[in-house]
Amino acid sequence: MAKELFFIIVGSIFVNNFVLSRFLGQCPFLGVSSKTETAVGMGMATTFVLTMTAVAAYFLQNYILAPFGLEPFLQIVSFILVIASLVQLVEMVILKISPTLYNAFGIFLPLVTTNCIVMGVALLIPMNNYNLIKSIALGLGAGIGFTLALALMSGIREDLEFADVPEALRGPAIVFITAGLLSMIFMGFTGLVPLG
Amino acid sequence: MANSILTSMLSMGGLGLVLGGGLALASKKLAVKTDPRVDAIVEALPGANCGACGYPGCSGLAKSIVEGKAPINACPVGGTPVAEKIAKIMGVSDIDSEDDKKIVRVLCQGGKSEAKVKSEYHGVKTCKAASMVNNGPKSCSFACIGFGDCVKVCPVNAITMGDNGLPVIDGEKCTGCGLCVKECPKMVLALTSSKNEVHVRCRATMKGKDTRAVCSIGCIACKQCEKICPFDAIHVKNNVAVIDYEKCRNCMLCVEKCPTKSIKSLFVERKKAVIDEEKCIGCTLCAKNCPVNAITGEVKKVHVVNQDLCIGCGICQEKCRKGAIEMVRNE
Repeated sequence: MAKELFFIIVGSIFVNNFVLSRFLGQCPFLGVSSKTETAVGMGMATTFVLTMTAVAAYFLQNYILAPFGLEPFLQIVSFILVIASLVQLVEMVILKISPTLYNAFGIFLPLVTTNCIVMGVALLIPMNNYNLIKSIALGLGAGIGFTLALALMSGIREDLEFADVPEALRGPAIVFITAGLLSMIFMGFTGLVPLG
Repeated sequence: MANSILTSMLSMGGLGLVLGGGLALASKKLAVKTDPRVDAIVEALPGANCGACGYPGCSGLAKSIVEGKAPINACPVGGTPVAEKIAKIMGVSDIDSEDDKKIVRVLCQGGKSEAKVKSEYHGVKTCKAASMVNNGPKSCSFACIGFGDCVKVCPVNAITMGDNGLPVIDGEKCTGCGLCVKECPKMVLALTSSKNEVHVRCRATMKGKDTRAVCSIGCIACKQCEKICPFDAIHVKNNVAVIDYEKCRNCMLCVEKCPTKSIKSLFVERKKAVIDEEKCIGCTLCAKNCPVNAITGEVKKVHVVNQDLCIGCGICQEKCRKGAIEMVRNE
């Protein structure tokens, strides 16, 4: 069990990194990665929501969708519903408990709703028949992987500011190339963990 | 079939009901009391979250305004219209809404053709980095470096780089937020009231001879402006001319006198006083107060301004009790 959990976490951070290998969540990956500070903030918020979503998706799948045979056509709709309200709830709770943290997250928290990694994790859980603990591990791993990708990207982009980039490649072009190279590097982790 | 429609409707409806009810309950339970004025002010602000006011975003400013820590006209981007809206929300009527808009001016004219270059710089292309290496690549250590840190920091794109390597300010777009002033390592940018037309566009405090050696357009502290100013508004301090805007009347005499052209006006032609013949009652107040004796006329007869002598100081306009004098600029 412990070994499997380790594989799930390491697998979702490196081998099947949600951003760089599965190509989910490209929008925040390119949109919020221009500064390390905000990138890490976004990563933290997403990790938090991902873990919560994994729990919610597990219960929704196993206690509502599967027993009534609704998963073929209601899975995505119901997951969207749950994710959206979960993010709302989390936002309210954070505002109440710690306004400082709320201010630090700022606009990123509501943005997490539309991050497709969240939907990806929710859909992967029933696909792989994960139990509750494994679901949480997947959500956590996905979040850490996302944070890692964002932190790497923002670090590179901050250095790119000072690089002598050819005129035609300035701006988004060089960022896309960087993202591609980074993705290729992560492809190199394939085979590190013998698990899908 | 009917069964699956029913179950899906019920389960989804139930889920929506539970989640919606939960959220509604949570928003009641977890409600954080906020001042309604804060939300109203956030609505009124431009919402660009540019940070030009010095507060973290528009909501940060709104909070500070309600707490009384920030003035109601603190938003430099929104200007007077936004300040008026906020004044209404806060219940304050008298605001400083005089059109005293601040605009950034470039106080250096040492472009590529004017200022000598002492070294070639191949490092990181920002003014901040370049200014750390031997005081910048130009011979004059006060000169604009021209890598455009100000262009990058401007939230409204009011600054562009001119062909001669000096920034050009778009007075229409500039909101006077002062971000560029803070960014410039050479401090060649300054905020001044948009009413000021004449500026000494040099900050070099070296001796005149040294300035002349490094720049063809720098202030050489010859004091000719000081002598010609009829209003005692310009003085050479620390080897560079400084205008006292309390006294300056934009007459442009110093601009014409300056041998190195380091004093510049925004306009080529100065304003001229024109007397409305129908309103003038011949009180001679204007003629008595004219510093250059450009106005002539007999008592109780229409006065005339000698357009060649008039320096456009506007004193006569202020003195005229009938509002018969207007300052006109021929473009």
